[in-house]
Amino acid sequence: MLQDSLVEVESVSFAYGRRPILKGVSMRVPRGKLVAIMGASGSGKTTLLRIIGGQLTPTSGTVRLAGEDLHALDAAGLYRMRRRMSMLFQFGALFTDMTVFENVAFPLREHTKLSESMIRDLVMMKLEAVGMRGSHRLKPAELSGGMARRVALARAVVLDPALVMYDEPFAGLDPIALAVIGRLIRTLNDALGSTSIIVTHDVLESLQLVDYLYFISDGVIVGEGTPDEIRASKLPYVKQFVHGETDGPVPFHYPAAPYAKDVGLAPGAARA
Amino acid sequence: MLDIRKPIARLGHNVIDGVWRAGVMARFFGQVLASSGTSFSRFRLVMREVYFSGVLSLIIIIVSGLFVGMVLGLQGFETLQKYGATESIGVLVALSLVRELGPVVAALLFASRAGSAITAEIGLMKTTEQLTAMDMMAVSPMARVIAPRFWAGIISMPILSLLFSAMGVFGGYIVGVVMIGVDNGAFWSQMQAAVDFRYDVLNGLVKAFVFGIAVTIIATFEGYDAPPTAEGVSGATTRTVVTSALTILALDLVLTAFMLRADH
Repeated sequence: MLQDSLVEVESVSFAYGRRPILKGVSMRVPRGKLVAIMGASGSGKTTLLRIIGGQLTPTSGTVRLAGEDLHALDAAGLYRMRRRMSMLFQFGALFTDMTVFENVAFPLREHTKLSESMIRDLVMMKLEAVGMRGSHRLKPAELSGGMARRVALARAVVLDPALVMYDEPFAGLDPIALAVIGRLIRTLNDALGSTSIIVTHDVLESLQLVDYLYFISDGVIVGEGTPDEIRASKLPYVKQFVHGETDGPVPFHYPAAPYAKDVGLAPGAARA
Repeated sequence: MLDIRKPIARLGHNVIDGVWRAGVMARFFGQVLASSGTSFSRFRLVMREVYFSGVLSLIIIIVSGLFVGMVLGLQGFETLQKYGATESIGVLVALSLVRELGPVVAALLFASRAGSAITAEIGLMKTTEQLTAMDMMAVSPMARVIAPRFWAGIISMPILSLLFSAMGVFGGYIVGVVMIGVDNGAFWSQMQAAVDFRYDVLNGLVKAFVFGIAVTIIATFEGYDAPPTAEGVSGATTRTVVTSALTILALDLVLTAFMLRADH
């Protein structure tokens, strides 16, 4: 990929205490593209997203956003960068004490000095784009999971960010809501000229949607490519993941002692 | 044989844990103060919290104050009668309230009514990633969520304490003057002569102010520090009430000792 990259991750490692989560991950996200980070639960993909968002600091390696080293910045510098990025959380993370309108208006009120009528127009435009304008007086608790995520999406793009990060945007949605969110992510990305990173384990949806995919397993990138390359991939992990096979490089069994020993058939096994 | 080392080791662990937690809380207090700029430049945020923690606590404060004052009137009359000093009932009720019961009981009620609500709200905001979302929007949760609640508590607490004492005096008046028939003039004039503004009322307000700081810091810290699970939030809410109550009573002892010393 030779295009200009918005996000550059250079051999990033991360550990919780002594437990390594990421082991030297490198990736690039070109401007204007939609890139997916895929992997099984516990593979480290959400951790990687949080490192790109500056919420976690890597133990080694760098993350550059528009050429700036994100983790070398002080708190004010990080907040300056964050005004250009936004994150859609798995369950929306809408502020439950505010209406839908106030939720979407929140970043505008905090970061701009726009007039009330301007804020109203902008909020209504974004809510219209996600098809939720009619809900502007409701509280988040009155919305379904898919609708709440659409409102959260409107809030995430209200300041027209350069980078939007999606943490499991498809988790727990019915097929219709899933298709709606998928289409919105693509159209908003293209219409706003932003760049998107999606962390997900939804293979079928991502292959249709994104421009490039990274596969992460056990803290390392095990495969990457365009959707066509991924479909044709012979890499064992990618093949197992894309086709949903129960056995492969990811074993079916949780690590255990030999079966015969546990059922008391092996010589020297103690029966409880 | 009973292993004596285990309980000792556990005790040591708990002590170290407690000291460590006190340190974290002190740092949290510093962060809240450092992030308080927004609370003053956008005072509307503080006023909103004054409504939630102060105004909504009014009913419990007013009703409790009235009852405590009435009980003080009854008990006081019973004892003063033996010495033929029933006119002093106003003094007794007023001094007990403005010096001690007003700030202490109002703070205990504030901790259980508003403190627990603050902890639960912040804990749930954390659990549902609302605080992280805010942080990702480049809005500091310390400045936007924690500091306004802290200052609202500091503003509300002395006012609630004053109201509690005023209602208590009124309760004492109802029992002493209206129901038992102590002389109205003596009730008020003795009270006026014996209650000093500087030593009694102001010292009581200082206590309420300090309790306000303690309760809101404990409540916001417990919420902010709560593990993001259902048990985590419920445990944090309980800890807020228990820790606040103990802190209020301990601080009251210290403050009273200092104030009495300064008086003499």
